[in-house]
Amino acid sequence: MYDKRDIIIIGGGPAGIAAAVSAYDRFREAGIAKPSILVIERDKVLGGILNQCIHNGFGLHTFKEELTGPEYAGRFIDKLKERNIEYMLETMVMSITPDRKVTAMNRERGLFTIEAKAIVLAMGCRERARGALNIPGYRPAGIYSAGTAQRLVNIEGFMPGREVVILGSGDIGLIMARRMTLEGARVKVVAELMPYSGGLKRNIVQCLNDFDIPLKLSHTVVDIKGRERVESVTIAEVDDKLRPIPGTEEEYTCDTLLLSCGLIPENELSNGAGIGMNPVTNGPFVNESMETDVPGIFACGNVLHVHDLVDYVSEEAGNAGLHAAMYCLGQISSGSANEKVINVKTANSVRYTVPSVIRPDQMGDELTVRFRVGNVYKNCYIDVYLDDECIIHRKRPVVAPGEMENIVLKKEQLTGRKIENVRVELDINE
Amino acid sequence: MSEKISLTCIGCPLGCTVNVVKSGNTIESISGNTCKRGYDYAQTEVLAPVRTVTSTVRVNGGRNPVVAVKTEAPIPKGKIKDCMKAIYNIKVNAPVAIGDVICDNIADTGVRLVASAND
Repeated sequence: MYDKRDIIIIGGGPAGIAAAVSAYDRFREAGIAKPSILVIERDKVLGGILNQCIHNGFGLHTFKEELTGPEYAGRFIDKLKERNIEYMLETMVMSITPDRKVTAMNRERGLFTIEAKAIVLAMGCRERARGALNIPGYRPAGIYSAGTAQRLVNIEGFMPGREVVILGSGDIGLIMARRMTLEGARVKVVAELMPYSGGLKRNIVQCLNDFDIPLKLSHTVVDIKGRERVESVTIAEVDDKLRPIPGTEEEYTCDTLLLSCGLIPENELSNGAGIGMNPVTNGPFVNESMETDVPGIFACGNVLHVHDLVDYVSEEAGNAGLHAAMYCLGQISSGSANEKVINVKTANSVRYTVPSVIRPDQMGDELTVRFRVGNVYKNCYIDVYLDDECIIHRKRPVVAPGEMENIVLKKEQLTGRKIENVRVELDINE
Repeated sequence: MSEKISLTCIGCPLGCTVNVVKSGNTIESISGNTCKRGYDYAQTEVLAPVRTVTSTVRVNGGRNPVVAVKTEAPIPKGKIKDCMKAIYNIKVNAPVAIGDVICDNIADTGVRLVASAND
């Protein structure tokens, strides 16, 4: 006999906590005095990556005030503790199965298996490392992912270097450019392969411009020198096929190279359970209830698709937790053959949507569909079609790959008639 | 002579482009902002820019060697360096909780430095 819980949530970061809180509240509304929910976290503390994001700017949507990462996490951890929701720390989930058995291990219990009625995947993401970037040059000390440097400075309390070059303009890289500067380092340049920044505009302003740190778009690292420790980094301009242009090389003397080149959802557990993956997001395909194609397994946060804003993670995770509870309570059906299903399709530079499938009978009054675009466009429109009928035509002064977009669909738009596809696309009328 | 300034608002992640027309220290117009926050940001940014500073201070006897801190309100941009210098010399003793006042008046800005994490 296995140990049992109604819901097991894998990951105690912002997504996992928000999912747990909303699942709990749903069980209570249904009259269950003591909901059986377990959050499993591999770190020593709850809160996930927010603990090292000590900068401010979190929570404007959720709490209507500007918080730092640990403060934002703290608010949600309080909600979890007020509800007495069970959690395990320093516990690593080793595998999950399609019939929802979770095998985990920790120092007290060793290896153990718990059976759940529903699972919420909230494992987050990890940074793309040097090995995945094919940067030539030596392999000396002094090359860190931006997130590792962030942890060293903000949690461990030491500086990874004094003279810094940053490759990639993701938000963590921009934030670390400012943080290292404030701590006395000299950040010489931020090089970005693409012709646009991967981070939020506000971070370019307050992290780079404020400190006169140059951002070189369409540039990449072509050489790293130094045997024991980084001695210099050479960057070069790239052409429109992203190939370095000979003769544009510039060598920067430095002791540190930070990499902020994208985040990858951490889906080894999902793959092990045979969950269908979207090759664009590297996260599971989900329906309107944030349920994957394996019934009873839900996903939310950065393991589903990488977000820019934790506020949206909390919102999405709340939705996943809610539906996981409804699934346990028998309040949503799962996969009957004649159920009405609408596919969400994309066109014209819309790269993906979450969710990718909508069952109108299961959706709430409103459903937020989030997506990203593939390039920077100015003065364009976001268009939404129900088969051939355009129902949303919204002007956007600028859209960019680094900034997630969303549209809201209403239940009344999708019910009461036959619709095969919802299509989200960009109208680029320039 | 009026001067046109184009800003990117840092009030929230939308990052609206806000256009300000000013002559000397008088603002003639602000446009492009999509909320009150953007209006306020543009006004402050062209006359006397401010930033919230977040950093860490050393902590004795805590779980980690440092604990996160922030200025309770934004401080003048020109004071950031002094603020960081002051922060560098602060040591606190555990336990530290979110909201604990670490310094009453950081670098003579009249703003309090508070803990933004627990340790």
